[in-house]
Amino acid sequence: MTNDSNSMLITGATLPDGTVTDLIVAGGVIAEIGRGLSSADATVIDADGLTALPGLVDLHTHLREPGFEQSETVLTGSRAAAIGGFTAVFAMANTSPVSDTAGVVEQVASLGARHGYVTVRPIGAVTVGLAGEKLSEIGAMAQSRANVGVFSDDGHCVSDALLMRRALEYVKTFDGVIAQHAQEPRLTEGAQMNEGALSGELGLAGWPAVAEESIIARDVLLAQHVGARLHICHVSTAGSVDVIRWAKARGITVTAEVTPHHLLLSEDLIRSYDTRYKVNPPLRRNEDVLALREGLADGTIDIVATDHAPHPLEAKECAWAEAANGMVGLESALSVVHAAVVESGQLDWNDVARVLSSKPAEIGRLAGYSTPFAVGNIANFTLYNAAASRTFGTEHLHGKGVNSPYLATTLPGQVIATIHDGYATVLDGVLVDAAEVASKARAYRG
Amino acid sequence: MKHLLSTRDLDRATAVGILDVAEDMADVATREVKKLPTLRGKTVINLFFEDSTRTRTSFELAAKRLSADLITFSAKGSSVSKGESLKDTAQTLAAMGADAVVIRHSASGAAQTLADSGWIDAAVLNAGDGTHEHPTQALLDAFTMRRRLHGAASRGKDLDGLRVTIVGDVLHSRVARSNVWLLNTLGATVRLVAPATLLPANTSGWPVTIGFDLDEAINDDPDVVMMLRIQAERMHAAFFPNAREYSRQWGLDGERLERLRPDTMVMHPGPMNRGLEISASAADSSRSTVLEQVANGVSIRMAVLYLLLSGDREATA
Repeated sequence: MTNDSNSMLITGATLPDGTVTDLIVAGGVIAEIGRGLSSADATVIDADGLTALPGLVDLHTHLREPGFEQSETVLTGSRAAAIGGFTAVFAMANTSPVSDTAGVVEQVASLGARHGYVTVRPIGAVTVGLAGEKLSEIGAMAQSRANVGVFSDDGHCVSDALLMRRALEYVKTFDGVIAQHAQEPRLTEGAQMNEGALSGELGLAGWPAVAEESIIARDVLLAQHVGARLHICHVSTAGSVDVIRWAKARGITVTAEVTPHHLLLSEDLIRSYDTRYKVNPPLRRNEDVLALREGLADGTIDIVATDHAPHPLEAKECAWAEAANGMVGLESALSVVHAAVVESGQLDWNDVARVLSSKPAEIGRLAGYSTPFAVGNIANFTLYNAAASRTFGTEHLHGKGVNSPYLATTLPGQVIATIHDGYATVLDGVLVDAAEVASKARAYRG
Repeated sequence: MKHLLSTRDLDRATAVGILDVAEDMADVATREVKKLPTLRGKTVINLFFEDSTRTRTSFELAAKRLSADLITFSAKGSSVSKGESLKDTAQTLAAMGADAVVIRHSASGAAQTLADSGWIDAAVLNAGDGTHEHPTQALLDAFTMRRRLHGAASRGKDLDGLRVTIVGDVLHSRVARSNVWLLNTLGATVRLVAPATLLPANTSGWPVTIGFDLDEAINDDPDVVMMLRIQAERMHAAFFPNAREYSRQWGLDGERLERLRPDTMVMHPGPMNRGLEISASAADSSRSTVLEQVANGVSIRMAVLYLLLSGDREATA
C-alpha cells in the first residue's frame, strides 16, 4: 500500500443496479459516492467495467478449526472466503470440540477477528456434541462475545421431533434461528447418492428426496406451531422447494438456502465414481437443479450458501463409499451462481446482492449489510469482473482443500478486489498478505 | 480390452468373443495336463478386500492354468485390514510389477476408481464391487446358458430370444446387475421378480420387465430361472417379514420346480441357502446348472485374463 490513511478511491464501478460511480472509502466506511470523485492521498482502484457487489455473506461455511486443522483453519478458510468476494462467513459448529459452549465460539470468533480477512460469526450447536440428545448452552453462546444467533447441528439432522420443537421455542428467547440439516436419519442409513435410476444402476445406496422433504414438512409445521424462525440448510430437491413455497404462502417464518453446486451440478457426474462429486445432501437430478434455480429466482429459496467443506486429499483418494462428503465452495461460489442463474437470466446483480449478501446477513442478524453502497456504511464490498472467463484450477483455491468439483471446467467471472471493514483483503485478483490484513484489522478495531 | 469393469459397456461382439475364447479354455480342462503356457512371466494379483472363497479360488485356478505368477492379497491378516488405503495397496502392487489386478471390494465403483486413478498401470478386472457389478459371474452365467442351449455348436452364438427370470434380492445384487446388461446385449429378455423392497427404487433405465409374483413368472414358462442369494442381514432390516414368508413367496420349492419344463435351467450364483431361496430338490435337479456354473467360471476367467494380458492391450471400450 502506498499510504497509511487506508483511504481508497474506486473509480468507475458498476453498482448492482447498473449505475456507474466512484466510491471513496475512508475511516472504514464509504465516505463518498458519486461521479468524478478525487482524493489526493487515496489508493486508486480502477473499477472500470467491474461490478461492485456488497460484501458477500456465507451463512454456511466449515472452517474446521478447532480440531480439524489438517482440513482448514480459520485463517485459510478466511482467505478462501476473501478471494471469493466474501466479507463475512458463518462458521459451522462441527468442530472438535464441538462449538456448543461459549468458550469455543468465542475462540473461533476471536481467531477470525485477529486474521481479519472476513468477519467470522460462529454458529452454535443445537445439541451437546451434535449428539441430538439435549440442548447445548444456547443462551450462553448467544450472550457470549461471539454473539451467536444461528444454531445448527449441520452434518446431523435434529431428527427428534420434541427436541426440535424445544430448540425452535428456546431460540426465540434470543431472536435466534435454527438452521436445520434436513435428513431423516433412518431413511438415509449408509446413503451414498441420490436415490433414483442412477443409484440403482451404480449400486450405490440411495438418499431419497423424501428423507429431506419429510423433515422440512415436519419442521415448517413445528415452526408455525411455536411461532419460531426456521432456516433450512442446503435445500436440494424439487419437492423441498414445493414444501417451502407452501409454507411461505401460509406465512410461516421459514428461510432456505441452496448451495452453488446444487444449482449447477447434477447426479450424472457420479457415473465416474469421482469422489469430488460426493457431497451431502447429494447431487440430484437435473429436474431438481432446475427447480432449485426457479425457487431461488422466485424467492422461495432466500439465499445461496456455500457449504464450503474442505477435506484433506486422503479423504477423497479412495473408493466412493469410503470418501468423505463435501466440496470446497468459497472461492468458486460467485462464479458458479453467475454460471447457473445469472447467465440464464433468472437473477440480475441486484438479486445476487440479495441472495449472497443482504438476506444471509439478515437471517444471521449480521448488522451493516441491509443498505449497501450508502454513505456512512461500513465498507464491505467486492469488485467482480463479470466479463472474465477462466479455466478453474487449484491455483484459484486458497484454502487447504482442493476438493473442488469445478477443477478443469470453465467458469465465468473473477473477483478482482475485496474490501472488508474499509481495508483491502484482495487487490488485483490477489490476496493481500496475511500480516498486512491482520494489522489493518487491528487498526480498524482500534 | 484394457480392463473388465462392468458388463454394461461390453458390446455384443466383445461379449461373444469372450464366450468363444472361454470355449477354447474349457477344452483345456478336459485334457490330461490342464495347463497352458500362455501367460508365463505375467503377474496376476488377486486383491480381495472382501472375503470370497469361491471367486478367489476360481481366479486362482484360472491364472494357474494359464501359467501366470499369482499372488493373492486377502483383507484378513494383511495391511489391507490395518487401514491401508486402496491407493497405497494399488501403488504397492504396481511397484511389484503386477500385470493384472483382480479386485473384489465392498464399495461400488472401487474397480473403476482403481482403473481411473493412475495409481497403477495394470489391467483391472472387477471381481465384484459392492452392489454394482460382477462381470465375470454374468459372463459365466451366459456361457452356461449358451452351452446348455447349443452344446458343442455354441461358438459365435448369442442368447437371442432366451427368456430369463431372475428372482430375489436384486437391490443388493451385483450379479443381477451384470446379468441384466449382458443378457440384454446378447439378445435375451430379462424379467426380474422380487418383493418391492428388494428392487431398486427406480429401474426405468433397465432393459427388463418387473414383477412381484414368482408363480406368475413360472406360469409364463421361462427358459431360465436364476435364483439370487438372500443375505442373512436382510432379514433383520425390514426387507421382508421373515425367512418363512420369503421362502413361501419367492423360494423355488419342489412344487414350483415341477411346473417348469424339463429343460428349463435353474441357476444360482452360489453360495446357496438351501430351503430359503432354493429347495434342495431344485438345487440338485437335472435342471440345475449350479456345478456347471462353477466349472465354467474357471473357463471364463481364463478367457478374460488371456484377453487382458496377451498381445496389445487396447484402450477400453
